[in-house]
Amino acid sequence: QELTFLSKQEILLAYKRFSELLPKEERENACSRRVPKSLFLTLPELRANPFQHRICHVFSTSEAGDDSMSFEDFLNMLSVFSDSATFDIKSHYAFRIFDFDNDGTLDRKDLEKLVNCLTGQGEESQLSSMEMEQLIQNILEESDIDKDGTINLSEFQHVVSRSPDFASSFKIVL
Amino acid sequence: RDFQQADVKYLSRWKKWKRASSKSLKKVLSEAKGLSSYLVLWRHDIHIIEGRFGIGVQSYFSFLRFLVLLNFIIFILMFSFVILPTIISNYRTFNSTIANISSNNIEYNCTIYEPSGNKGLVYFYTYLQDLLSGTGFLEVTSLFYGYYTINAVWISIMRYNLPLAYLLTTFAYLALSLIWIIKRCVGTLKQKLVDDADPFQSYSNKVFAGWDFCITDPSAAQLKHCSLQKELQMDLEEERLKKKKADRTIKEKLRIYSLRIFINIIVLAILLGCFYSIYRVTVFSQDKSSVSIRNDTRTDSIEAANLLVQYLPSIVITSANFICSLTFSFLIQFEDYSPVFEVILTFMRCVFVYLANIGVLLLSLWSQISDCATDKCEPCGYNYKLYPCWESNVGQEMYKLMIFDFIVTLVVPLFVHYPRKLLITHCSCKAVQWLGLKEFSISDNVLEIIYGQTVCWIGTFFSPPLPAIATVKFFIVFYIKKISLKHIWKPADKPIRASSSNIFFLAVLLFGLILAFIPVGVSIAVIPSSKACGPFRNFYTSWEVVPATILAEFPGGLQQVLFVMASEAFAVPFFIVLCLIMFYCMAWARAQKRAVDQLKEQLGLEGRDKMFLIQKIAEAQR
Repeated sequence: QELTFLSKQEILLAYKRFSELLPKEERENACSRRVPKSLFLTLPELRANPFQHRICHVFSTSEAGDDSMSFEDFLNMLSVFSDSATFDIKSHYAFRIFDFDNDGTLDRKDLEKLVNCLTGQGEESQLSSMEMEQLIQNILEESDIDKDGTINLSEFQHVVSRSPDFASSFKIVL
Repeated sequence: RDFQQADVKYLSRWKKWKRASSKSLKKVLSEAKGLSSYLVLWRHDIHIIEGRFGIGVQSYFSFLRFLVLLNFIIFILMFSFVILPTIISNYRTFNSTIANISSNNIEYNCTIYEPSGNKGLVYFYTYLQDLLSGTGFLEVTSLFYGYYTINAVWISIMRYNLPLAYLLTTFAYLALSLIWIIKRCVGTLKQKLVDDADPFQSYSNKVFAGWDFCITDPSAAQLKHCSLQKELQMDLEEERLKKKKADRTIKEKLRIYSLRIFINIIVLAILLGCFYSIYRVTVFSQDKSSVSIRNDTRTDSIEAANLLVQYLPSIVITSANFICSLTFSFLIQFEDYSPVFEVILTFMRCVFVYLANIGVLLLSLWSQISDCATDKCEPCGYNYKLYPCWESNVGQEMYKLMIFDFIVTLVVPLFVHYPRKLLITHCSCKAVQWLGLKEFSISDNVLEIIYGQTVCWIGTFFSPPLPAIATVKFFIVFYIKKISLKHIWKPADKPIRASSSNIFFLAVLLFGLILAFIPVGVSIAVIPSSKACGPFRNFYTSWEVVPATILAEFPGGLQQVLFVMASEAFAVPFFIVLCLIMFYCMAWARAQKRAVDQLKEQLGLEGRDKMFLIQKIAEAQR
């Protein structure tokens, strides 16, 4: 409980939900098991989320690179997304989630993928390339302080700290 | 919880009890709130509509719900204070007796009123025709003003002054509507001010914090995707238009302004044409129908024609409304405004047409009623030969308008839109496809219900049960629109901003209400009330019942006070004081706005300081 922002009740609830994901034989040893990504994504909280793959990738500590989640990864994720997590932690993880190519900065391609995730999958729900250009230009104008064409962590944290909706939207409650 | 329990040991018993009781009170309140939300009419339906079609369409349906409730409350008011006493006294229940109005001091000629209530065996279609046009048997029922002819009702020992009650209930329902609309306006306004976006970084806010991670339902997620996409597209489009506007050369500006003036002149010409045609049609219809009533010729061949003539004003008004809204939405494309402003301007023009049409109808009716050209209205002050009971006639016109509006709302989706949809889905030739599915245009539909509501407000004075008809009508319209939304219409292409449009609709409704004050006020205070029917027979105008009651029943001191309040000596200083208060409020609002601007500037400066420091950090890190 000391390592996360969750209360005792929430951890117990998380344990219950996690063990439900495991097949029956493995339930007693749930703490050391890993749940494969496909099974993990059936959780209702992640099912409708366009960033589900990124979330799994960022929080997974699996050495095999298959993005499977252990119970500790799960707790870590819930802790970051809980109400009591600090702004620094949330923005740090948000940055990592939005960084699609894992290069430590949000460049144009990352922003483009981000906007496409937001507007939905499918041809008709994506913005035209002209609109996308305009939108990315506007975002970079607002957030890119050193004008290098990418957004690094401190610029991201600055822009998100002034956003009124961030704290309430970056939240998952079981 | 641990901390709370630890605290409890140190608190006195009083504080413990207070805390426990406040907790349980909060719990009870939240449960009551949850329960009361179940009682809200159509809560589930509107929720589904919002989920499937977006907030714009949902605002239309909750507006409709508001009007249903308003009409229901108005009807309850009218019923309990006007209709119920009359019915009670007519059936002599509760030991009530009535005092009929004694026709003293009235010219005999003015009191001749023989409504042609059907006597004996009549054909069924006469019955139907009377139902549709409010004449014949309906004219003598409690549907119209002419029924309420009693002066007072005695229920055991209390004396109930019906004329006064009629007048005061009219004022009450108008005041109630005014207060309720204003209250709703203010509530929505507060919401809008809170929601107004920070001008600094709306795009980053929308993109980085736009997705609500709590969404678990796939359909809700789909809706969120759509709304995010539409919002981003709308913002980008507005920005593009702003840039285009700023880039305009002088020559282009001149061209556009002259085009706008030209189109406005066309619009004005169309409006004048509408008004003139309505005036002529109303005069024609009144002439024809009064001729046929007087001659009492009801032969077969002219039955249908008679009904058509009766309904001619309603038909002309509805078709004028329809043509004007089509024309205006066509013309606005040439004026090159931003999409939001286009919607607003078209809406304003259509509102003007709809409401002014009602006004012209009433004006032409009154010109007929007070047509004193050749001594026609000598003893009674109005044209008593043609209109012995003119309030019932006006009530009939309002009734006809309402019924026709309802019929059109029923018939048009069924016989126009549904076949159109069938045609488009089954026949794939180019011409038909070009026609396209009808869009659910929120502003058009809102205009229709505002028009219906204005007719109801004006008509309730002349026909007390009219709000009940309006309630039933809006109730059915809700279900018709809901069903046709699902099957017939396609969602609008232009994304609409819901928050400001809510206020806009309420503002236009308020405008309709204030417009409704005028005819009712003129009927009450200016035009002499008909001496042959109705509760105001003994008075010159309907308003006179109030001063008469004050003189007769109030103590002397109170009378003095009330008369002073109504005199000029009081009204002018009162008006001046009101103006002073208004100026003070405006000055205060301006000062607050300046303070808000200053704070915003300060925020901007702080942001720039922070950016400068971050730049320094980034340089130092390199």
